[in-house]
Amino acid sequence: MKKIYSHPQSLRTVSTHYCPGCGHGIAHRLIAEVIDDLDIRERVIAVAPVGCAVVAYDYWDFDCSEAAHGRALAVATAIKRVRPQNIVFTYQGDGDLAAIGANETIHAANRGENLTVIFINNAIYGMTGGQMAPTTLLQQKTATTPLGRDASLQGYPLKISEMLALLNGVKYVERVSIHTPQEVIKTKKAIKQAFQNQIDGIGFSLVEIISPCPTYWEMPPVQALDWIKDCMLKEFPLGRIK
Amino acid sequence: MSKKILMTGNEAIAAGAIQAGCRFYAGYPITPQNELIAYMAKYMPQANGIFIQAESELAAINMVFGAAAAGARAMTSSSSPGMSLKQEGISYIAGAELPAVIVNMMRGGPGLGNIAPSQSDYFQATRCGHGDYHAIVLAPSTVHEAYYGMREAFDLADKYRNPVIVLGDGMLGQMMEPLEVAQAAAESSKYKKPWALSGCLGRAPNVVKSFYLHEGKLEEFNLLLQKKYKRIKEKEQRAEVILADDAEIVLVAYGSMARIAKAAVKTLRAQGIKAGLIRPISLWPFPETIFRKLSAGRKKRSLLVVEMSYGQMIEDVRLSVGDRFPVEFLGRGGGGVPSEKEIIAKVKHVTGKKLHR
Repeated sequence: MKKIYSHPQSLRTVSTHYCPGCGHGIAHRLIAEVIDDLDIRERVIAVAPVGCAVVAYDYWDFDCSEAAHGRALAVATAIKRVRPQNIVFTYQGDGDLAAIGANETIHAANRGENLTVIFINNAIYGMTGGQMAPTTLLQQKTATTPLGRDASLQGYPLKISEMLALLNGVKYVERVSIHTPQEVIKTKKAIKQAFQNQIDGIGFSLVEIISPCPTYWEMPPVQALDWIKDCMLKEFPLGRIK
Repeated sequence: MSKKILMTGNEAIAAGAIQAGCRFYAGYPITPQNELIAYMAKYMPQANGIFIQAESELAAINMVFGAAAAGARAMTSSSSPGMSLKQEGISYIAGAELPAVIVNMMRGGPGLGNIAPSQSDYFQATRCGHGDYHAIVLAPSTVHEAYYGMREAFDLADKYRNPVIVLGDGMLGQMMEPLEVAQAAAESSKYKKPWALSGCLGRAPNVVKSFYLHEGKLEEFNLLLQKKYKRIKEKEQRAEVILADDAEIVLVAYGSMARIAKAAVKTLRAQGIKAGLIRPISLWPFPETIFRKLSAGRKKRSLLVVEMSYGQMIEDVRLSVGDRFPVEFLGRGGGGVPSEKEIIAKVKHVTGKKLHR
């Protein structure tokens, strides 16, 4: 009989600390599955910066490094340069990648570092309690935009993936979502592509994953999935950007 | 056989680092340490090492974090304002117990200050940034010492898995002196790094982190750090002592300032004043044992701390000697450098002796 399902070797058999309905668990698992599929577990080095996924190293079963808030791509740049044979990826939230770490993101991308970036966009700061992220939608209420995000005061949702796609050093950018099983399958495909690109020496590859945060969106998990479809995807359309 | 070449302190630090097996450098331009980054840009690739001009001081120190985590001998360099930006990263390096070397060629402050030599970052280097950690701090005083001190800096970093700060100033960085460069390469490979990130082939996964969320775990980790710091304090105090045994006045100065103090000691001795010098080389751990030993010699004497600041190292001197000797101070800030003449005048004032000009 052919075995068609098993727990990924790259994912430890522990329960996570994530809230019910959070997207991180799905994203972690997809990465673990891709790493198993590509048979690179023993070559992978992950960089998990500050954010909800700061303890991702407790869930993945391969080498991992912490990074200060926003500095994942500086840390990853150095690891990859020192160990070009290893497969190095960062797993960053929207605050980390697009706010405090925007400079590191832009310059690592512009240097064309041969890295894989998994960018979790849930339009909010989860770890610190639901404050505005650079990707927070207009009118979206957060702890720091209690009246809703107002463009005249807080600017617009930052489309950093589109910005990065303009850079010559960037080879692959795709925005995916995990709000339906069908989109989850597409997400895995994009993650695989981003890792394969690094293995093939193609260069800087980024996958932006639209991910639910029911707790700080203050809605039940199922409604959060609908909110992705009805609201987030209007601001952040899915598909290959570069 | 070794050859003699003329080099600035900044270049000597870079050359000494490469000679010590440093194979990763990331930095950001800032005066007065630009000769260092330029030397690295030219010679690091020739040594099959990695040079990156980072987009910021923050990126540079975090690149050093990554390179150190991957097992390389890694360093960055900067000057005062840039050093402030690196503080968070240095704390992470200390918290993750990574070996790394950070050079600060100090300039005048506060704020943007100026680009003249200064020693006003002593507190920052020896008291460090957020969290209860220590960096080992070494203060070379000559181009020769800057060059050879880099090997020691990397060895200490690897030995203790701890950040090492090399604290110089703009004067040392930009002055040229003849230097005999070492021919034999450093034995950096004697420090094994089984904790480094290399992929988990044939072993359990490694994790580099400074995060301890569960109750009690961070305190446990801090106690381990404190044990390490105690070991470093016991074993790694360094100082140069000149004519201190019989001295009625002992000057205390480090780095470039110590060279001027040394000249003052020579002049004072020639004039019949028993002057001596203690030059701390390790600023953390501060060489307190050497100060304690002072009591064994002459019972009555004064100490005169001379700094290119308004008095920072003097706190460590006072903590080391307690109330056994009066501790006087001479210092200038903002790029001002106490001259030999000013030191001699101060000695005259302190000892109450008339001196020849």
